[in-house]
Amino acid sequence: MTSIFNKRNSIIFFVLLSLIFPAVVPNDYFLYLMTTAFIWVIAVSGLNILAGYTGYLSLAHAGFFAIGAYSLGLLTVKVEMNYWIAFVLTLGITSLSGLLVGLIALRTKEHFFAIYTLCVGYIIYLVIDKWEGLTGGVRGLIGIPTPANIGSLAFDSVHSQYYLVLFFMLLSLLIIYRIVHSLTGRTFIAIRNSEQLATTIGVSTMKNKLLAFVLSTFFAGMSGALYASVIRFIGPEIAYTSVMFDLLMYLLVGGIGTISGPIVGAIVIVWVSQQLQFLQEYRMLIFGPLLTLIIIFYPRGIVGAFISLKTRAQAKKRKVPIVNESLTPTQKQIEEG
Amino acid sequence: MYLETKQLTKKFGGLVAVNNVDFSIEKGKINAIIGPNGAGKSTFFNLISGFHPPTFGQVIFKGTDITTLPANQIAKLGISRTFQTTNLFEQATVLDNVMVGHRLRTESNLFDAIFRTKRLQREDKQCRDKAMEVLTFVGLQNITHKMITNISQEEKKRVAFALALATDPEIIFLDEPAAGVNPDETEGLAELMQKMVDYGLTVCLIEHKMQMVMKLAQKIMVLNYGEKIAEGTPDEIKNNEAVIKAYLGGSAIA
Repeated sequence: MTSIFNKRNSIIFFVLLSLIFPAVVPNDYFLYLMTTAFIWVIAVSGLNILAGYTGYLSLAHAGFFAIGAYSLGLLTVKVEMNYWIAFVLTLGITSLSGLLVGLIALRTKEHFFAIYTLCVGYIIYLVIDKWEGLTGGVRGLIGIPTPANIGSLAFDSVHSQYYLVLFFMLLSLLIIYRIVHSLTGRTFIAIRNSEQLATTIGVSTMKNKLLAFVLSTFFAGMSGALYASVIRFIGPEIAYTSVMFDLLMYLLVGGIGTISGPIVGAIVIVWVSQQLQFLQEYRMLIFGPLLTLIIIFYPRGIVGAFISLKTRAQAKKRKVPIVNESLTPTQKQIEEG
Repeated sequence: MYLETKQLTKKFGGLVAVNNVDFSIEKGKINAIIGPNGAGKSTFFNLISGFHPPTFGQVIFKGTDITTLPANQIAKLGISRTFQTTNLFEQATVLDNVMVGHRLRTESNLFDAIFRTKRLQREDKQCRDKAMEVLTFVGLQNITHKMITNISQEEKKRVAFALALATDPEIIFLDEPAAGVNPDETEGLAELMQKMVDYGLTVCLIEHKMQMVMKLAQKIMVLNYGEKIAEGTPDEIKNNEAVIKAYLGGSAIA
C-alpha cells in the first residue's frame, strides 16, 4: 500500500504551493521575503554538496556568494553588459575562483580545512571592502539592474522576480538531486564516509573533492547573482563571516546531507527571524540555544529528525520477522544449498 | 613472479617499520603474513597498496613496477584491500555501501549525472548488479536492504569483503579479517577466503589467529621488528626456531 504522502506527491504539492503562493499572500513584502529565502536555498544547497555529501565544511561560501553578487553587479553597472551574458559570466567567474581556492584548500582536511576556508572568506571580504576603486568599498554598489527581459517576459515586478528565483531554485535542486543520486554522488558520499576507503576502491579523491568544491561555488555564485539583481544594492557585508554563519545555520537546522534540509532550514529561519524582528539583535538569544539543542538532539536537523521518525514508524509496521535471521550467513548458505 | 617486493623498507623518522623485506605472493593461493604486534605487518600492506611511499625498495606486480603509483591507480590494476577497522557508512544500506565499489570500472561523469544519460543508467545498473553478485558471493544476499547499523560485526566484515570484491580485483589483501568475531564466525570467514581462492583470486592476509592461519594458508611470512624472519609452508613455520623464539621468547631475538 502506498500512501498519498509519498515522495512524488509531496514534491508536486510543494511545487504547486510555491506557484500559487503569490496569489494567496496579502502583500508584496511577504513575497519579497520568500524570494530572498529561495535565494538562500540555492546557496545552502550548493554548500550542502560539499559539506553535507562530501564531508568538507567550507566556511568560505559567503565569500563566493559575494563574488557572484559583485561580478554581476560590476559587469552590469560598470561594464554595462547585457544582463544574461553577465549572469553566465558570473557563474564562470565564481566557479573559476572556486577551482583556484579549492586546489589549495583541499590539501587540508577537517578542522584545518574549515579554518583555512574561513580565512579565505575573510580575505574575500577584505578585498571587497578595501578595493574602493573596483567595488566602491563600504559605500557599496548601487543601481544594479533587474534581470533583462526574456522575450516578452519582464522581471521588474516583485511577482515576476519571485517566479524567476523560484525557477532557478527548482532547477538547482533538480540538478543537485540528480548529482547526489548518481554514481558521482555515491563517490562524494564514499569520500565523506572514509577518504582512505574511497582511495582503496579506486576513487581519485582529489579530483572528486575538487568537483564538489567547484559545484558548490557555482551555486553560491548563482545565488549571489540573483541576490544582487533582486536587492539591487550590495555592500561588502554580504561577504562577512556572519553571512557564512547564517548559511551554516540554515544548513544545520534544516538537515545537513539531505536534499530538502536546505529548503526547510532557509525558509523556516527566514520566517522565524522575520517574526522575531521586534527583538532586534536579541533574537540571537533565542537562536543560540535553539541551535545548540538541535545539534545535540537532531544532528541531521529537522529533516533528519523527520526521516528517523518515519523509518521508526515503518519498522514498527513491518513487525513480521525475517525468516532465519538468527542464523549466520554460512548456515543460510548451507541451508539454501 | 606474480606480486613481489624487493628490499622493501619504510622508515618513520628513526623507527624502521619495515626493513629490507623480499617477499613474493603466489598466484591463486592463500598467503599469510604473521608476526607479533608492531611487527610492521600493516605497514607492509600500506606500502603495497600505495598508502605510504616506501623509503627504499620496489613493489612489482605482474612485471610492472607499481612502487610509486597512487593508491587509487593500484586499485584499478586489480589490487584490493580491506582494513582492520571496517569503516562502512552506517546510515546507508548494505547494497548502497557496496555499489560504489564498482565505481572505478565506470566512466560516467557530472554531465551524465545531470542529464541522466543512457551511459549513467547502464553503469548504475552495472554497479547494482555487481554489488548483488558480490553480496551473494559473500552470503549476504538476504540482507542487502538492511542498514549497516543493524547488522552484526561478522556481517560487517563480509560487507567489507564484498566492497573489496566489487572492484573486480585479482588479488585481495585482508588486514585481520577475523579480528573481533567469535570462533564459529571465524570458521565461516575462513570458508569464504577459501571460496575466493577457488574462484581464482589470490588472497593475502594478516592474521593473529594462528589456528586459522596454519589451517588456511599455503604460504606464510613471519615479520618481527620489521624484518622477515621466516617464510614457507605452515609446517616449515611451525618448526622454525626463530619464529618460536619471536613468539615465546619475546625480545631475545635480534
